[in-house]
Amino acid sequence: MSEQEKYSRRDFLKKSGYAAGGVVGGGLIASLITMQVMEDDPKTKNSQTNGGSEDQFNDAFMFFTNRDDFRVLASSCERIFPEDENGPGAIKLGVPFFIDHQLAGPWGNNTKEYMQGPFYKGEPTQGYQSRMNRGEIFRVGIKKLKEKAQSDYEKSFQELSAEEQDKILTAFENDDVKISGTTSAEFFEMMRAATIEGVYADPMYSGNRNMEGWKMKQFPGAQMSYIGKIESDKFVDIEPQSLHSMLNK
Amino acid sequence: MAKTLPKVDVVTVGVGWTGGILAAELAKDGMKVVGLERGKERSTEDYLHGHDELRYALRYELMQDTSKETLTFRNNRKQRALPMRQLGSFLLGENLGGAGVHWNGQTYRFFPYDFEIKSMTEKKYGKGKIKDGYFVQDWGITYDELEPYYDQFEKACGISGEENPMAGKRSNPYPTPPMKSTRSLDKFTKATKDLGYKPYRIPSANLSEPYKNQYGMQINACQYCAFCERFGCEYGAKSDPVISVIPAAKESGNYEIRYHSNVTEIIYDGNKVTGVKYVDVQSGEEFIQPAEVVALTSYVMNNVKFLLMSNIGKKYDPKTGKGVVGRSYCYQILPGATGFYEEEQFNTFMGAGALGTSINDFYGDNFDHSDLDFIHGGVVSITQTGKRPIANNPTPPDTPRWGKEFKNNSIKYYTRTLTIGSQGASLPYKENFLDLDPTYKDAYGLPLLRMTYNFTQQDKNLQKYITKKAAEISEKMGASKTVPNPELTDYSIVPYQTTHNTGGAIMGADPNSSVVNNYLQHWNAENLFVVGASAFAHNGGVNPTDTVGALAYRAAEGIKKYRKNGGSLV
Ligand SMILES: Cc1cc2nc3c(=O)[nH]c(=O)nc-3n(C[C@H](O)[C@H](O)[C@H](O)COP(=O)(O)OP(=O)(O)OC[C@H]3O[C@@H](n4cnc5c(N)ncnc54)[C@H](O)[C@@H]3O)c2cc1C
Ligand code: SF4
Repeated sequence: MSEQEKYSRRDFLKKSGYAAGGVVGGGLIASLITMQVMEDDPKTKNSQTNGGSEDQFNDAFMFFTNRDDFRVLASSCERIFPEDENGPGAIKLGVPFFIDHQLAGPWGNNTKEYMQGPFYKGEPTQGYQSRMNRGEIFRVGIKKLKEKAQSDYEKSFQELSAEEQDKILTAFENDDVKISGTTSAEFFEMMRAATIEGVYADPMYSGNRNMEGWKMKQFPGAQMSYIGKIESDKFVDIEPQSLHSMLNK
Repeated sequence: MAKTLPKVDVVTVGVGWTGGILAAELAKDGMKVVGLERGKERSTEDYLHGHDELRYALRYELMQDTSKETLTFRNNRKQRALPMRQLGSFLLGENLGGAGVHWNGQTYRFFPYDFEIKSMTEKKYGKGKIKDGYFVQDWGITYDELEPYYDQFEKACGISGEENPMAGKRSNPYPTPPMKSTRSLDKFTKATKDLGYKPYRIPSANLSEPYKNQYGMQINACQYCAFCERFGCEYGAKSDPVISVIPAAKESGNYEIRYHSNVTEIIYDGNKVTGVKYVDVQSGEEFIQPAEVVALTSYVMNNVKFLLMSNIGKKYDPKTGKGVVGRSYCYQILPGATGFYEEEQFNTFMGAGALGTSINDFYGDNFDHSDLDFIHGGVVSITQTGKRPIANNPTPPDTPRWGKEFKNNSIKYYTRTLTIGSQGASLPYKENFLDLDPTYKDAYGLPLLRMTYNFTQQDKNLQKYITKKAAEISEKMGASKTVPNPELTDYSIVPYQTTHNTGGAIMGADPNSSVVNNYLQHWNAENLFVVGASAFAHNGGVNPTDTVGALAYRAAEGIKKYRKNGGSLV
């Protein structure tokens, strides 16, 4: 990692209002970020990670229908991939919008998948056997997260502390929560996978804002060729590039 | 009513490597060849904007649409088989070029040992060495007999490689020199040499320099762009059927490809096949394509499915151990170890599908098995295929799977891990087989293929042994911490392993224990050739496609002979 990049990363964190090395990713803070994303005027707020003050026209719902569900998703993603001294977390990276858009498309509708019955509960080695598509699984999964927050803490999921949110998510991961038609573990695994996808997929999909996911990981994105660098003895740090910039090459 | 079309010399079911090779060889020879491909046309231009991990590597843009057709799976006969609803363990091909478009291009030959595994094992270790229940058998062809066909396939691809001191004899050197090396490959080379092994560069279909093949087709030089495995090559630098062989067939004027044509039946009169039935999936129209010769080139799964649906040959019955169609399905196992490096950072995000270095000191019978509870072995390698960030999040054991520590470690170790991998050979076992599913149907109303498969005791023992060797190499390379791959439990259809499925319509010298002869001609239908890894009598410990390509050249020669003389070729 070059010195310069280290600096800009720290700089970024300062500007975003969370001190490097300080406690970040707490549930309260996560919900604050959610509020920022959700309730402030996107024209003035999202600019830090979007690299400009342009409208983010695709920061809108294609799949979700109400803000509350979206906030629960956003808070959960942030717990899976929190903001820290490495850089932004899921929310600032746009992951909740990434997932929203994915759920609205072929992936959420299992378009390329065999969805004919009969349906039976299979062995873990047999994979996905739910009769619901992913969109439906996210709907019931998020509903269950909300119910669990109410029944365990009498609060909404976003109001919980990071530790409390983690407890609930861990219960889902361990399959300790019953959901009809799917399992809490299946939903959690899907959400975990989608979060990581949103962090590192090409920014055209609405996540990985400003390629910050790639910058953290020192992945240079869509490069044309490494033939001049492949034999290098040293680690090569390359400014990332997205597919958008390959359009005219 | 299906419309019957004019008869042709040869019809191939599918146009991947096998269908493409047959087309090039036979159309050039003057035969009228029709290739029926269920998917669409595609070419190098379609890959220019393809450096998209999500779309290609994770949403399977180039691969089989499992909403239309898939297979069912269970670990054993007592379980209920359920559909593989999404791709996972292996990534089946669809569209022009088949899986040959999104392959890596690691192009190893099998070893002389593979073809005579039974005789060699019994000769050296006695009859008891091969345990009950394993259908280990010779292939009905020797390495030396297959060598000229390997040579043809490697010339068609322009394989970049160097002499492997432990491999079978070559009649010619590799067409192009090995690819460039990297720091991590060099570390592997040094460590394996220090341990007394014999490293060599992986033979690669990502070419080290521009090359013209025997058909006059140009293949370009690899740019190490790292979007290779699961992607098409935008440079035309990865040999695939679409650039290497199919244009040769087209140039002859004797070849026609029909896209969106899904074959639904091989028409069999109990003695010979007369042609195939297919549906144009866009218009819904049905056709019968009569042919002098039918070649099944639809990959392992559908090659076997067609034989079972059309009742050609005796179906394998696991209860009695009798019958052959669907028997000897094999896969591969993946021993290995991952090294975590605290001090060094590697350019693991660069690479190419077949960039790597290997040893064969633990392949076949290159090491003594007297005191070992398994036979065969596997190649041990380091590869640099281009790690992409969604799929690669290595963390040391005990790291949680999400949250702050996960984030930190997965970012840190993304460029600080090197994996020593292996492909362990897989031997046929009586409980591992393919048949037709009694319940689930594809989009055309045909039964899905049913796979009954689990890892065997042989697999488990082999996995343990080679994993230990891989871990030793990792340590020798200087890893701060080495994490060996876990021991094998039950096979799962979920995580990607390899697309190295084999068997189900195996070749051999005896019709009682094989489906096709050593020209891949069906024992029960002399004008039917079943071409692909379905013919492997077991799966070796390296990638299969060099052997698949060689067998396709062999089958092409067989079809030429058959068209001249008729009858059984052996
Ligand atoms: C990610 C990946 C990496 C790989 N890497 C390597 C490697 O490094 N080295 C190696 O040796 N091998 C590798 N392989 C394996 C290699 O791709 C296959 O061995 C090879 O492509 C098989 O060729 P084939 O002609 O038998 O089948 P395919 O390439 O699968 O072609 C079969 C064709 O038949 C068509 N078809 C099937 N059914 C029908 C039907 N009913 N009607 C009409 N058409 C039909 C399909 O659409 C397809 O186009 C890899 C595979 C994958 C998926
Ligand atoms: S790594 Fe080489 S062969 Fe593979 S896609 Fe890139 S340029 Fe083509």
